[in-house]
Amino acid sequence: MKIHEYQGKTVLARYGVPVPRGGVAYTADEAVEVAKGLGFPVVVKAQIHAGGRGKGGGVKLAGGADECESIAKAMLGMTLRTHQTGPEGRVVRRLLVEQGMDLQGSKEMYLAILVDRATGRPVFMASAQGGMDIEEVAAKDPSAILKESVHPAVGFQPFQARKLAFGLGLPGSLLGRSVPFMLSLYQAFEGVDASLLEINPFLMTKDGELLALDAKINFDDNALYRRPELKELRDFDEEDPLEVDASKHSLNYIKLEGGNVGCMVNGAGLAMATMDIIKLAGGSPANFLDVGGGASAEQIRNAFRILLADRDVKAVLINIFGGILRCDVLAEGVIAAVKELNVKVPVVVRMKGNNEDVGKQMLGDSGLNFATADEMTEAAGKVVAAAGGAA
Amino acid sequence: MSVLVSKETRLLVQGMGKHGTFHARGCRDYGTKVVGGVTPGKGGTTVEGFPLFNSVAEGVAETGANVSVVFVPPPGAADAIMEAADAGIPLVVCITEGIPTLDMVKAAAYLEGRKTRLIGPNCPGIISPGEGCKVGIMPGHIHMGGKVGVVSRSGTLTYEAVAQLTALGIGQSTCIGIGGDPIIGTNHTDALRLFNDDPGTEAIVMIGEIGGDAEEKAAAFVKAHVRKPVVGFIAGQTAPPGRRMGHAGAIISGGKGTAAEKMAAMEEAGIRVVQSPADIGAAVQERLKG
Repeated sequence: MKIHEYQGKTVLARYGVPVPRGGVAYTADEAVEVAKGLGFPVVVKAQIHAGGRGKGGGVKLAGGADECESIAKAMLGMTLRTHQTGPEGRVVRRLLVEQGMDLQGSKEMYLAILVDRATGRPVFMASAQGGMDIEEVAAKDPSAILKESVHPAVGFQPFQARKLAFGLGLPGSLLGRSVPFMLSLYQAFEGVDASLLEINPFLMTKDGELLALDAKINFDDNALYRRPELKELRDFDEEDPLEVDASKHSLNYIKLEGGNVGCMVNGAGLAMATMDIIKLAGGSPANFLDVGGGASAEQIRNAFRILLADRDVKAVLINIFGGILRCDVLAEGVIAAVKELNVKVPVVVRMKGNNEDVGKQMLGDSGLNFATADEMTEAAGKVVAAAGGAA
Repeated sequence: MSVLVSKETRLLVQGMGKHGTFHARGCRDYGTKVVGGVTPGKGGTTVEGFPLFNSVAEGVAETGANVSVVFVPPPGAADAIMEAADAGIPLVVCITEGIPTLDMVKAAAYLEGRKTRLIGPNCPGIISPGEGCKVGIMPGHIHMGGKVGVVSRSGTLTYEAVAQLTALGIGQSTCIGIGGDPIIGTNHTDALRLFNDDPGTEAIVMIGEIGGDAEEKAAAFVKAHVRKPVVGFIAGQTAPPGRRMGHAGAIISGGKGTAAEKMAAMEEAGIRVVQSPADIGAAVQERLKG
């Protein structure tokens, strides 16, 4: 799960990480009110779940109330396009109004904490080259990124924070600020079960103040059950409505750009492989829908409803390997869904495994117009042809 | 011949709820010696003929169990893994999906320096068909005893590959599902090492996914050590970057972990990489002939 910058900063502040003063605004009037409380100048920042907002016109400085109002009016409701939103962009519905910082003479650095898959441990990363795309820094000069691996039994230690602080070139006189800053950041990472916590830029002002000027926190979805307070931070406007709908039924749906074949598959690996084979057959998948290892007839009905709500879908491929899931249960769900939802697009079914023959028999006897296939290659060829070739 | 599980396996099932009991029965029906289950508080009772114990240590003492399989739900699963390690079980297979990553960080650290090997979590388990031993949730009937080792991050895609092999009359020594999470116990390289050292395994199928660099590392191991034929497939060749494709580990981030990179590394190591998942069985057949 992702959250907005202003929410991330609120979370960090709770753990004692210094952040700029500011507040959220849903209307231009609210923005002016927040700004007046802070004093001018203020920075008005569009809140969407994507980076690169500055370049897209989503971060602006306001010197007074009138300017703040006109900026807020223009920003709210605008479609912001950045390199992370894709060409369709995102509609801005919330603003963060923050105290304007004097960046003259300040230093912009980078901090991040994430779990390193290779070591199986959290890693605290720091770079003196903040403010820019850290992936570019990593590609050009890996030595510019400092790393401290964290032992899970003891957590992130002060000596590691000092190593990073000196490595960043922070003055020794600021250890009283830099070390607690980083320790608090690590506490926040553990405390909220983050999968990624990124401060870019991590700012040192000319007066030696340290601040998280921007904050990005992604949460481990598997741990949300024990962080109920975080669930309220979820912003459904930032998510594809069909993906939200699917998640309510324990289905995993992902919309893909530019395709026309709807895919219903069980298991993530097989779902990805099915996408691959559709591409090899000359077509393109419109989405990825994983019904999981042991889907029920009810879930299959919901899966169909979601697939068909995607207007790009011109044909549906069902590729199920019945390990736990029985093919007759699948067939029953599919037949019910096709009848109930009055499905018009061609449906190709390929099923293997438990009770395969019974399932096939049921599809054949249903009087509905299914195309069936025994092998994946054949199934992909049929569905791509039915969808009218490449999208 | 096989690796990890065999006729000698004495299996203890951790988490004998509805799900755990269902699969304990499935394993027993396949031929596995399921010696009991662990459900704290239910010790001394039985379910479906399986004796239940309050702890793994008690179960080991009473039954001589040497493998455990974990069906405990996510909040207690990492704890269950550590309990099995503490009881000295040499092999723990964790089926549970959805364990918090930071819990697995702790469990992985706890296992360091201990003799316990972990398979998973979020995996279908292990099966050695020629030995009549299944430890997991895979459909046993699609397998067939033989000489091909299969290692994979995915469940149903593995079944697909196995079914292709069996349809061609090519049996399997052992199939290992290593799991789709970012932190797993046994990785591709570990599994390849086991198969390479197993005289009963003559060829290896390695099925990977986008995300991370485990397949690249495995390819380097193959290049340096493996002289048996290896066939590989990477799922997610057409996956968009930045989207988590079902498995928590399957995500292309910062341009790293793409299928193209992995396939190139594997080909460079002499692995026969197939583009289509439908070609895995045929490629193994061809390699075994050559």
